[in-house]
Amino acid sequence: MAKSRTSQPSAQPATAGGWWIVLLGWLLPGMGYFLARKWVRGSLVFVCVIGMFCLGLAMHGKVFGFNTSNILDMLGWIGDLCAGALYFITRLVGGGVGNSYSVIGDYGTNFLIAAGLLNLLAASDARDVVLGRKR
Amino acid sequence: MTISHLTAVVLFSLFSSTIFGITLREGLRDQVRYGLIAFAWFVGGTIAGGWFLYLLNPH
Repeated sequence: MAKSRTSQPSAQPATAGGWWIVLLGWLLPGMGYFLARKWVRGSLVFVCVIGMFCLGLAMHGKVFGFNTSNILDMLGWIGDLCAGALYFITRLVGGGVGNSYSVIGDYGTNFLIAAGLLNLLAASDARDVVLGRKR
Repeated sequence: MTISHLTAVVLFSLFSSTIFGITLREGLRDQVRYGLIAFAWFVGGTIAGGWFLYLLNPH
């Protein structure tokens, strides 16, 4: 028996839109999951990103400002910027000066960049969860 | 704050693997499993890399 080729009504998850979820998730770590009522995931992301960022600052890591002088500094700035509100607050209060004479300070700089990149990864994943493309 | 290199690696691995587990897998069981494997690879790979560099030039 031939199967019907009629399309299934609204079984497909949304594929576009929802960028405001990424924006909110970027600004506040875990917010995207909170919007999807995934409280445990949101809390874990919140704790991990903020914990990593604060550890980076405590280790005298450097928060990069916008610059065009050095490609590595530019990439560092992009990574730091991905931390959202944490980046802006740190820049506003004058934190993240860095200590280039300390090995641990260099580790701290990498903690800060990694926190930002992980925050962006979580924000984009939260969009998939809210749109129903992921459980 | 000053911490040892190993502590820094463990903390970095803990936070990173937690978020990797959440974002790269579906379902609690797979997420926990992937997070644990990622954590082991982070820490084990760093220690193995350290030993490799040491053996390249032990003096």
